[in-house]
Amino acid sequence: MTTADELITLTAELLAAHDPAATDPLEFLRARFDAGLAWVHFPPGLGGLGAPRALQAVVDAELAAAGAPDNDPRRIGIGLGMAAPTILRYGTEEQKRRFLRPLWTGEEVWCQLFSEPGAGSDLAALATRAVRDGDGPDAGWTVDGQKVWTSSAHLARWAILLARTDPDVPKHQGISYFVCDMTDPGVDVRPLRQLTGEAEFNEVFLTGVRIPDAHRLGAVGEGWQIAQTTLNNERVAIGGQRTPREGGLIGILAETWRRHPELRTHELHQRLLQGWTDAEVLRLTGERLRQQLAVGQPGPEGAAAKLAFARLAQELTGLEVELLAEQGLGYGDWTMSRPELVDFTGRDAGYRYLRAKGNSIEGGSSEILRNIIAERVLGLPAEARSDKDVPWKESAR
Amino acid sequence: MTELDLLYSEVEEDLRSAVRAVLADRCPPQAVLARCEGPEPQDTGLWRTLAQELGVVALQVPEALGGAGASLRETAVVLEELGRACAPVPFLGSAVLATTVLLAAGDRAAGEWPALCAGGRTAALAVPLSTAPDAPFPLGVRADAAGALTGAVGSVADVPVAGLLIVPADGPAGPGLYAVDAADVTVTARGSLDLTRPLADVRLDGAPGRLLVGPDQAEAVLWEALLTGAGLLASEQLGLAEWCLATTVAYLRERRQFGRVVGSFQALKHRLADLWLDIAGARAAARAAADALSTGSADAAVLVAVAASHCGAVAVRAAEEAVQLHGGIGMTWEHPVHLYLKRAKADQLALGTPGRHRASLATLAELPAPGHGRLPRLPHV
Repeated sequence: MTTADELITLTAELLAAHDPAATDPLEFLRARFDAGLAWVHFPPGLGGLGAPRALQAVVDAELAAAGAPDNDPRRIGIGLGMAAPTILRYGTEEQKRRFLRPLWTGEEVWCQLFSEPGAGSDLAALATRAVRDGDGPDAGWTVDGQKVWTSSAHLARWAILLARTDPDVPKHQGISYFVCDMTDPGVDVRPLRQLTGEAEFNEVFLTGVRIPDAHRLGAVGEGWQIAQTTLNNERVAIGGQRTPREGGLIGILAETWRRHPELRTHELHQRLLQGWTDAEVLRLTGERLRQQLAVGQPGPEGAAAKLAFARLAQELTGLEVELLAEQGLGYGDWTMSRPELVDFTGRDAGYRYLRAKGNSIEGGSSEILRNIIAERVLGLPAEARSDKDVPWKESAR
Repeated sequence: MTELDLLYSEVEEDLRSAVRAVLADRCPPQAVLARCEGPEPQDTGLWRTLAQELGVVALQVPEALGGAGASLRETAVVLEELGRACAPVPFLGSAVLATTVLLAAGDRAAGEWPALCAGGRTAALAVPLSTAPDAPFPLGVRADAAGALTGAVGSVADVPVAGLLIVPADGPAGPGLYAVDAADVTVTARGSLDLTRPLADVRLDGAPGRLLVGPDQAEAVLWEALLTGAGLLASEQLGLAEWCLATTVAYLRERRQFGRVVGSFQALKHRLADLWLDIAGARAAARAAADALSTGSADAAVLVAVAASHCGAVAVRAAEEAVQLHGGIGMTWEHPVHLYLKRAKADQLALGTPGRHRASLATLAELPAPGHGRLPRLPHV
């Protein structure tokens, strides 16, 4: 097992061989991946050393102190948080070697082709079809359908894709998991303008998209089980971050309060104090989850962190608009733009208020997350489902 | 800000198992229910067991004085279990509030430890249970130069079984904390909302008092005791809320209506999921407060205010949801959930309400209330 001291030594060797000040940032990131210091808990040769996950923090701290470039995890979050753990667990050796390195360095951005107009919370109802063509080494799939809410599709080189490969079996059993080449001529990405005025998401139309069988992830028909890995990793990624007190939205709000005594009212003061307390409780809950993960006892708090965050973000952003009064009536810019990432802190209050409405919908709606907690944590019975054992093509849609 | 340890150590988990086993045996809910209507609502026999078999009534008292030499983190774990059992023992009053003062009194309290640690005697802090940590020093009792105390204090917790009272009083040289033998005061029991933590009024008519903490330290020591009490009460509230949730979930998995198990209805599942979420927050907040208090962190006051305001409200909601979701049976005397509702609501008022703790954050976190002088005046018509 690799120890913290060994990692510090390896990090020092990386820094000695590639002086961050004199090395191209991309070259540095590639060297870091090759040294196994990208995600230390991944296997050797795939950016890691098979070390305990908790030790990543040691490496990150050393590199940050040395001024090393980072790979902007916010911009490539879907690749890091969702595609990578799924490829690691279900991919072939060839797939892992092809995809993980440029994914981690940010050279190749990933997006996720899961949701459809008719399959949101009921994701397993998806209708995009993948039909097998050919045999032998040329075998592949032809994909037709429409996906929606796809963040980063306009920037992405690759996508993780769920498609139906067998309509004759119940809906959860007929889905397969693919890696889709976003440069295929059959892929048409169209901006989807949101209530903020921006087009942060996309609609993606898939028409005769050809995917080689070598880009299938896991067995045919096992896409749903594999997708659970992707979705669980998405939620855990949210709770595992470390935040300082007054980090994020509450910090913006508290600073506005301190700087503008003329805006204060007693009613807003009560709500501010409640919001501050809620933010601190959420921060401590996240910190507790992080400590549990570090000693290898992950708790179910991870699934709930997103739910709690959405509730708090909506309360705080609504409060901020009210506090700002005259200024809260304004809005920066309704011109449609294509942001690369969601940045709550660098924007005005009206944007934050509107964008936060998505927090309880995206990545699993709050209602679905409550079902998950009630069923998987508390052990309450599942919802009655009329379509569970019916072949997909016969189910009501 | 120092690094907080928000997990439970193995030692703490072992302690929890031991306390839980004793409480399961000695005070199941039906036994608590039966006792609280009798002449002795508090269980002194159980207290002696907790003292002699588990040594948990003097956990943070140094071993040299006869205690266990543990930290407030372990005391908090015991409170979680006492909350889960709604146990009728004077732990908060004696092992937390009074003990904090007595430890600060040093040699002046030396003679008290043998009986307290052995469980033969308990102590109580003579302030109204609703007193918040940042409340002004109480001046309802006066001490003369000879140490005789005169005055009254209402709604004191854990007094009826206490042999020793710690009384804050205004003395000739200023505020002080005095030791008074319970036999020398008049104790009048009050009807209490919480059947398992009875309250009483205390009247002192020249009762002989012994100065434990003098004017230079009295206000700080009382503040520390109340802050410690408020911070650790959050752990009791956590345990109480966990019992309410677990009991309600178990009931909703059995109870059938409309041909279905009631717990399969989404409206109820979502309420319980939200409650679980708030309890997960309560566990993090209560652990943070206990850890900060045990290390003497400068951040303790903030974390206590956060834990007290969050956990107080969560415990009440958990108990109220438990009553509602048990339906008619939740309204009956025979089902113990009302004991938890009463304890939860009383706990919410104890040692500062959630609103009071949030208000103290206005100062601690520099989020000042609006200044009246800054509001624009209306023009005269």
